[in-house]
Amino acid sequence: MARHWRAGAAGLAVLGLTLTACGGAKVGDSSSGSKSTGSSGKCGTFNLAVNPWVGYEADAAVVAYVAEHRLGCKVDKKNLKEEIAWQGFGTGEVDAVLENWGHDDLKKKYITQQKTAAEAGETGNKGIIGWYVPPWLAKAHPDILQWKNLNKYASKFKTSESGGKGQLLDGDPSYVTNDAALVKNLKLDFKVVYAGSETALIQAFRTAEKNKQWVIGYFYEPQWFLSEVPLKKVTLPEYTSGCDAVAEKVACDYPVYDLDKIVSSKFAESGSPAYKLVKNFNWTNEDQNTVAKYIAQDKLSDEAAAKKWVDANKVKVDAWLN
Amino acid sequence: MTVAIEKPGEAEAAVPAAPAKGARKVGRPMMIGAILVVWLVLFALLRGKQTLSLAAADLTDLHRWINDFNDSIGADRNSNPLFLYFFNEIRLVIDNLVTFIQHLISQPPGARPVPQVGWLGVVAIAGYVSWAVGNWRVALLAVTGFTFFGLQGLWQESMDTLALTLSAVFVALLFAIPLGVWAGLSDRFNRIMTPFLDFMQTMPTFVYLAPLTLFFLIGGASATIATVIYAAPPTIRITAHAIRNVSKTTVEAADSLGATRRQSLLKVLLPMSRRTVVMGVNQTIMAALAMVTIAALINAPGLGANVIQALQSLDVGTAFNAGLAIVVMAIVLDRVTTAAGTREEYARRSENNLAKWRRPLLGAGAVVTAVLVYLSHTYLWAADFPGDGTIGGHIASAADTATNWAQDNLSGLTNTIRDIITDGLLNPFQTLLTDSPWWLVGAVLVALGVVFGGWKAGVTTAVCVGLLVGTGVWSDGMTTLASTLVATVLVMVLGIVFGVWMGRSMLVDRLIRPTLDAAQVMPPFVYLVPFLALFGATRFTAIVAAIVYAAPVTMKIIADGIRAVPETTVEAAASAGCTTWQIITKVQLPMSRGALTLATNQGLIYVLSMVVVGGLVGAGALGYDVVAGFSQGELYGKGLAAGCAIVLLGVMFDRITQAAARRASA
Repeated sequence: MARHWRAGAAGLAVLGLTLTACGGAKVGDSSSGSKSTGSSGKCGTFNLAVNPWVGYEADAAVVAYVAEHRLGCKVDKKNLKEEIAWQGFGTGEVDAVLENWGHDDLKKKYITQQKTAAEAGETGNKGIIGWYVPPWLAKAHPDILQWKNLNKYASKFKTSESGGKGQLLDGDPSYVTNDAALVKNLKLDFKVVYAGSETALIQAFRTAEKNKQWVIGYFYEPQWFLSEVPLKKVTLPEYTSGCDAVAEKVACDYPVYDLDKIVSSKFAESGSPAYKLVKNFNWTNEDQNTVAKYIAQDKLSDEAAAKKWVDANKVKVDAWLN
Repeated sequence: MTVAIEKPGEAEAAVPAAPAKGARKVGRPMMIGAILVVWLVLFALLRGKQTLSLAAADLTDLHRWINDFNDSIGADRNSNPLFLYFFNEIRLVIDNLVTFIQHLISQPPGARPVPQVGWLGVVAIAGYVSWAVGNWRVALLAVTGFTFFGLQGLWQESMDTLALTLSAVFVALLFAIPLGVWAGLSDRFNRIMTPFLDFMQTMPTFVYLAPLTLFFLIGGASATIATVIYAAPPTIRITAHAIRNVSKTTVEAADSLGATRRQSLLKVLLPMSRRTVVMGVNQTIMAALAMVTIAALINAPGLGANVIQALQSLDVGTAFNAGLAIVVMAIVLDRVTTAAGTREEYARRSENNLAKWRRPLLGAGAVVTAVLVYLSHTYLWAADFPGDGTIGGHIASAADTATNWAQDNLSGLTNTIRDIITDGLLNPFQTLLTDSPWWLVGAVLVALGVVFGGWKAGVTTAVCVGLLVGTGVWSDGMTTLASTLVATVLVMVLGIVFGVWMGRSMLVDRLIRPTLDAAQVMPPFVYLVPFLALFGATRFTAIVAAIVYAAPVTMKIIADGIRAVPETTVEAAASAGCTTWQIITKVQLPMSRGALTLATNQGLIYVLSMVVVGGLVGAGALGYDVVAGFSQGELYGKGLAAGCAIVLLGVMFDRITQAAARRASA
């Protein structure tokens, strides 16, 4: 029995020690807890999808910041891939997608057929897709920026993957690409190689600029990476309406996408002030690049990046709220 | 893919091999040689014909049909009774479980600004539980590890990950242990289960992630279920294996003493297989942690989200910091469960001194833990981890520095290696596979299956080849096959070199093993960014990534095999004047043939499980198909077909190598 007493005594001693040793603020003390100013009576919860690229993150950061601080919403940001975010409109788990790149198939499925989603206007950002080369290359061989001269340099772009031809690095799989058809129809001596992710593309361009390597690949703006390495776009045959109608016969540049916002139908009819904010939200590529740079290069948190931009652009933000 | 990492000894004991047939007078190497020569000749004649190639954006009817089917499910989600009364109920139960655990340790419930139990309480519980089920050493490890999360500035994220992992493991075990026992008792059920388990482990998660969120909505439930699908099979397999391996005589003895079926299960079979079952639980936990980054794609909170977000801006340092937390958590959980599995023997040995103190100490520990939990519930300093995670910042910048150094100084060397292997090995082999007519490659595969694994393996191979053609992604499948085999060869070379080294020296083993554990659980994307810088977006980068993930398993298995060679045999060889080189090549390696074949099996399967990751860094083919299918609705069907093709390749290799392993050890 003595053993038990000893153990008990030891336990009590520890208990006593810790209890006397501690003081400090208790959980739930009014001094420590409450953070937001007003209660979120009118707005309620705002479910905002965040698709996985930094430009979108910048959009979401700013909209969430304004919704929280100016409208008193409780913002629930959800990290989702595009397809899954759209799916969430139907199940009521996503209220808004802030930066949609085309996606006509999804529009048809969710807006026209299921009627669970609705368009909420353009973001003001212009989405440009095309073939890019690192700046050193554009400077050393300015004529490379015309597609007609690409064959001249094809052998320079050879890699271990391209089977003797020049390599055209494609492939963030999230976006539709016509590149294989383009190469064929423009009779270019190139082979499309699928890098497979945005990370792989960015790293390829970064290395190419640093080591003066020959790389040509699929890229797009607005994109934070362009403020680190200002890639140069190669001019393809001009886009005319309908020139990309038949996928196999495409021989023209990509259209300029007017990036737009999509909301769930329920959210659009809810009368939430957050819906009005989403509908009015509009800014330029430059604005987005600024916030994206705060996040990606200056490594600010989303919240801090948004605050910095919002504080400097009061007029724009006020316009969204009216 | 964490297929049962069975000890080679167990595999050897598993099934008696079919007696060698008299007809096998012609040596196996001869037959393989003949098959290859025929292949090469026919390749030269028929090159480029009937290759079944399909461009990246092209679809077959099957792919389109899958798309339509998928759409039709989504369209009537809100009216379908299956959804209303079945999936929704499951979702509710699991969601409640997840939310409950989250509110305990990671997310503030309702009005409270912090979770119910703060950091001090969690650390105390982790330490106490580790000590109670394991020993004081793992308890110390657990306390250090958990405190480290706080110092990294990742306390809440780590707890989110822990909460999800715990719920997933709990749900997985709820199903896996009964199923495993059943599969252990009934051969028939085991045969039915095996293909399902193969499917659950090799089907890339990307394929079913989107449908899962359709069934179970975005949130804790979907993330948990995705994890369960991947993590449950190891426990099922290992439990079945353990039940099967309880010696027949013991069971018969219990029967003859009049034990009922129930009694012999509860009192004999389960207790006797406890140690192995714990190993299965261990593997399930590891597999669950491997899903952390993928679950983050459907909004699972935690460390995975940090990794994904950091990598959007190629912030390797921050991603590494979060990845390191995952590694630490995996190592803590691994060592604690391993210690729990071996505790009884350990306790028996040290019976005299510590055992009598154990109960009072356990009681006292419980009191102390309760006090600490109470403190962390009540006081802010014990609830929120103090400090701002400066250590995490240091780790991140150190990782950045190391990455930059490697990129600046090694890229010339790495490019040379890449070009040699790509031009010398990968390209010719890939050409041979993709440019031969499909029926020729199919016939060669079946023939090799027969030679290595016997007729049964040959039949399985034939079925797999047929289905592969049916998926419509045959050509991509062959491209992936080429990279997979090259990766496996490299994995085996590394595995043998390091496995022998580790097997011969306990010190080396102890030094290398933590690195191997880290390589297995570190989320691949963390190291892929520097790899991309070093090797570019190429198939070779994908191969290197696969090696990092698969080589540790083969090293561990081979080291175990080498160690299992009887000491006396090695000594006899040494006294007969053999050199070290001779001992290794003539004694130790031949005698661990079973382990080598098992290592090949696991190496191949692990390499295959990296196909999708490879698709993200330039491997193209099946991996890219799966990734693109996940990202673009129109390609969904093709992605699913590619996923099936990966499963088929996996099943094919698994059956051939397992049959070969059985023969080798006979």
